[in-house]
Amino acid sequence: MLREKYAHEVEAILAKYPVKRSAILPLLYLVQQEYGYCAEEGIREVAEITGVSPTEVREVVGFYSLFYDHPIGRHRIQICDDLPCALRGADELVAHAVRRLGVQPGETTPDGRFTLETVMCIGACHRAPAMQVDLEFVENVTPEVFDRIVGDLSRDGM
Amino acid sequence: MGRYILLRHREIPELHRLDVYLRHGGYEAWRKALTSMTPDQVIEEVKASGLRGRGGAGFPTGVKWSFVPKNVFPKYVVVNADESEPGTFKDREIMEGNPHQLIEGALLAAYAIQAERVYVYIRGEYRSVARRLEAAIAEAYAAGLIGRNVLGTNYSVEMFVHLGAGAYICGEETALLESLEGKIGHPRVRPPFPATFGLYGQPTVVNNVETLANVPPIILNGASWYRTMGTEKSPGPKIFCLSGRVRRPGNYEAELGKITFRDLIFGEEYGQGLLGEERTVKAILPAGASAPMLPASALDTPLDYESVQAAGSMLGSASIIVLDDTVDIVWAAYKMVRFFQHESCGKCTPCREGTYWLRRVYERLVAGRGRPKDPELLESIARQMAGKTLCPLGDFATSPVLSSLKHFRKEYEAYIPQPLEAPVAAPAGTVETVPGR
Ligand SMILES: Cc1cc2nc3c(=O)[nH]c(=O)nc-3n(C[C@H](O)[C@H](O)[C@H](O)COP(=O)(O)O)c2cc1C
Ligand code: SF4
Ligand code: FES
Repeated sequence: MLREKYAHEVEAILAKYPVKRSAILPLLYLVQQEYGYCAEEGIREVAEITGVSPTEVREVVGFYSLFYDHPIGRHRIQICDDLPCALRGADELVAHAVRRLGVQPGETTPDGRFTLETVMCIGACHRAPAMQVDLEFVENVTPEVFDRIVGDLSRDGM
Repeated sequence: MGRYILLRHREIPELHRLDVYLRHGGYEAWRKALTSMTPDQVIEEVKASGLRGRGGAGFPTGVKWSFVPKNVFPKYVVVNADESEPGTFKDREIMEGNPHQLIEGALLAAYAIQAERVYVYIRGEYRSVARRLEAAIAEAYAAGLIGRNVLGTNYSVEMFVHLGAGAYICGEETALLESLEGKIGHPRVRPPFPATFGLYGQPTVVNNVETLANVPPIILNGASWYRTMGTEKSPGPKIFCLSGRVRRPGNYEAELGKITFRDLIFGEEYGQGLLGEERTVKAILPAGASAPMLPASALDTPLDYESVQAAGSMLGSASIIVLDDTVDIVWAAYKMVRFFQHESCGKCTPCREGTYWLRRVYERLVAGRGRPKDPELLESIARQMAGKTLCPLGDFATSPVLSSLKHFRKEYEAYIPQPLEAPVAAPAGTVETVPGR
């Protein structure tokens, strides 16, 4: 699947390293792009490409917080509630997000649109509170900014 | 020369573009080294400059490079762009605003140790930053500054960006190398050190982004010029990340040892004071969550490695988080302990179990279910961790605990409900009861 649909990307990734195993993380990002999470089919293919066992790839998926072994929402909202952000209103922002989306951190909205998470420092403490939406920074987040972003993403596509 | 050595994009618009960087002296150090210096001369210049690693440990950069064996190939340079310490956002600004200075510094490091490849390991959350850096690297390739036979010499070098996937421990250099090899980020037992046994078991230099950004100006202007800045033992400029309860958080570049915590927090060109005129500083965290907190009495400590250490903490990554008098210290310590428990890689028992139990005790404290012996319990858990773990994270995790208990023990006592046999309320007008005593 990856090797057909993303032949060019896979080749470019493998060319970066003298040892195939180093391609596991970048290939898993491709798997998540394709399946929305690290689906078993993708894990097996990464194992084949890099010459390690599927168990070892699964272990890698389990270790890193940006990889998911289960389906998640179409948009990932990750609010930082680490100390520097919490000194500038992050806990209140999380409470607002919980109210607005109707789910707790770690959960996905019933329509499958949003997964809400709280995360550790993302390197934006000077523009706190901060969050990432699908890994793009959103900084100095107020409840209004949060609602606007959720509103915009609720209108896109399906 | 302008006000900035590192954050030069603040004065020069569009500095992330190669043409702009070239117009402002960019890659002249690279040209100079390749055409008129031997690799050893580059190492000697960096050694003479006294540059110390900006990733936290402050190890002399030139000395580190000189540990790399000469006759073993291939060799690697790995740029540590994992930047995950709470309160740290300086490497991000360098990569976004002044990426070519990092690239040039990494190339100089590669030439100095005769490495054939550079990998930049960037935390996964910095995906957008990585894309900008990749664009800058592509520009440098197209201009013949990276690649085969650079600038017509017989030296060839490649540079690649590698994205992490969310794990603070991968900032620790041996865990980073494991991660770059496609494994889980478990630190390695040392020795051997990366200088002899690094990436794929080959000699490797790992340096922080900011460290490498210091190298081009050193090579271009010389070690003695560099030593005009900073102090004897901590030379050069440094980026201080200021966050927390200050009016103007952000990155501030200043010479090491020339400003104090007070200047940084209250100075007109820096933090401009606290959020609220009537507020006062309660505590300072000099290096994110990883170094002991200091009370307000440390405000006049100069910001260099030796002075902050003498004051009882560490300058580390220089991520200064300011806590004012509105901040509950027990809650702040809980936030930091929670961070370390979340980020413990689980490889060794004292850290995995210790951070778990620390977190449990803090959770009950902040929930109002503290027990009279909890401060002692926290100390005893921390003592069982300190010095007994495979990597420094285990020690880091004890520092918010022990330092907050040392300076702010009273705040813990306020969290512990009065024992039932104690008088519920003293008659009005009599001696005040101290909670928990
Ligand atoms: C738990 C832990 C996390 C670390 N995180 C980082 C980091 O995010 N960035 C960094 O440059 N160094 C980090 N370090 C320090 C590195 O291990 C290493 O000392 C550094 O990359 C060396 O580069 P330098 O000499 O240029 O400072 C960390 C160390 C530990 C123990
Ligand atoms: S001290 Fe903690 S983070 Fe370091 S190796 Fe042990 S378990 Fe992992
Ligand atoms: S603490 Fe939230 S971005 Fe650093």
